[in-house]
Amino acid sequence: MLEIDGIAAAYGNIEALRGVDLLVEEGGITCLLGPNGAGKTTLMMTIAGILKPRRGTISFLDRNITGMTPSGVVRRGIALVPENRLVFPDMNVHENLVAGAYLRLGKRKSQVQQDIDHVFERFPRLQERSKQMAGTLSGGEQQMLAVARALMARPKLLMMDEPSLGLAPLVVEEIFRIISDLNADGTTIFLVEQNAHMALQVADHFFLLEQGQVTFSGKPGQLSEHEVIQRAYLGKGPQRNQPAADQGRPDRTTLPSG
Amino acid sequence: MDFFFGLLQIIGVHTLLGLSAYVVLQTGQVTLAQAGFFSIGAYVSAMLTVLAGWHIIPALLVSATLAGIVAGIVGFPALRIKGLMLVVATIAFGEFIRLFWFNFDYQIEKKGIVVGPQGGEGFKQIRFFPENGWSTLDVAIFIWVIVALVMLALWWTDRSRAGTVLRAVGEDELAAQSVGINLTAVKVGAFAAGGFIAGIGGAIYAHYTTHIEHLNFGVMLATFAIAYPILGGLRNVFGTLVAVIFIQGFLVEGLRFMGDWRNLLFGALIVLAMNIQPRGLIDERSVKLVRGLFTRDTRN
Repeated sequence: MLEIDGIAAAYGNIEALRGVDLLVEEGGITCLLGPNGAGKTTLMMTIAGILKPRRGTISFLDRNITGMTPSGVVRRGIALVPENRLVFPDMNVHENLVAGAYLRLGKRKSQVQQDIDHVFERFPRLQERSKQMAGTLSGGEQQMLAVARALMARPKLLMMDEPSLGLAPLVVEEIFRIISDLNADGTTIFLVEQNAHMALQVADHFFLLEQGQVTFSGKPGQLSEHEVIQRAYLGKGPQRNQPAADQGRPDRTTLPSG
Repeated sequence: MDFFFGLLQIIGVHTLLGLSAYVVLQTGQVTLAQAGFFSIGAYVSAMLTVLAGWHIIPALLVSATLAGIVAGIVGFPALRIKGLMLVVATIAFGEFIRLFWFNFDYQIEKKGIVVGPQGGEGFKQIRFFPENGWSTLDVAIFIWVIVALVMLALWWTDRSRAGTVLRAVGEDELAAQSVGINLTAVKVGAFAAGGFIAGIGGAIYAHYTTHIEHLNFGVMLATFAIAYPILGGLRNVFGTLVAVIFIQGFLVEGLRFMGDWRNLLFGALIVLAMNIQPRGLIDERSVKLVRGLFTRDTRN
């Protein structure tokens, strides 16, 4: 569904992504794990069109979307739930959702309202707080709102950047339940996470990103959780710590660098 | 009575000026170029009525549209800069327009008199109102019909989905982009709309003062333009109106008996007002209070 081929991106002279290849299959939950500074958020922003890549191509549903504007990317069917949720704090819940339906600004109001009702069915808690300022919601509610707002764009692919960041364990579980539900209803999910334990439970496929390069691609279970966590948090390269790696040997596709 | 009509005219024009900055501020951009767009409305409309002999209404629309287009063009480079840099860039642009009028010389002879903008001397004899027999009351009514129309349009926009999008950009640009909001369109659109409104204000200003010169359109006027919506609050258009009445009606005119000490108090009162009502004179609390009054009235 989403094919990333040799993407490189940089902030000034600092190369954050050094040729990333990655594939998100339609219908599944794909997860990207990696330590701080590996380039996960940069990759998300590059796909969303907010950052422009230096090299490489991104294609979505067999169409090249490299270098497209953020608006164009959303219009093609990719919505991003940004890191730290980034709700519009001084706007109420309802207005946040209306802003999410930007691409249908020219369409009828009733159509947008229908979508809002639909989103409220999924998140009844947001409906209760419909007139409340988004900045006064709890962290979990803000995360729900950020997801709901992204859904207003009717995405085919929902990208989520660290939805569990700063949330209590019970809330994290709830967020992951929502992710699974959304996926079951037909939305493809591309998830960036640091919470490897939760991510591996829901993911169909996962990638490890270390220092701007994909160093592992496979299914959960092909690497021991122990090793995933070690590499996701500390970023140890594949050359060390391989006791459990053999079990996933046949499928293991450590991508070449560059 | 003429004094009060004159004051009404000033408040009307300054409300338009404040509203022009209000639109741009809503998208999170601080602009000090509004005086420049205001001056485009003033000079161009005056040239149309004096030199070309137009009626004021088409002259006003054309000059405001031109101011809107210029503002839209300024909006493009402004996309790449934010915060303090944008403030500096818009000051520079406002001064650029002001200095253009300082250098702009174009006169023709009309009925034996030479008229037209004359560089540093300014543009005299903008006499559409007296020539057509409009009294100060007529002019005040004309101004307030326009102010009401602009306020109504902005009030309606605020409550519409488009207004929500404007504020979304003002609150968080990254989040706005992530839901597909076209920042270019919104920011340039806000600049253009603000320029248009400033242009209307300038056009009216030129005709009721009858004499304009580049010094009228300096940084001080631009500062007033953003002070109104900031002091009044960005929650709705009435905040700007209340702030203009507070500054022009109360601080400038009402305290005139204090002589030169007025200027001292002027600044102090603005600081005080902002401390008492940090989110603007018209904030959530005052909106709720007024709404409460109305709901009680309808029940009785």
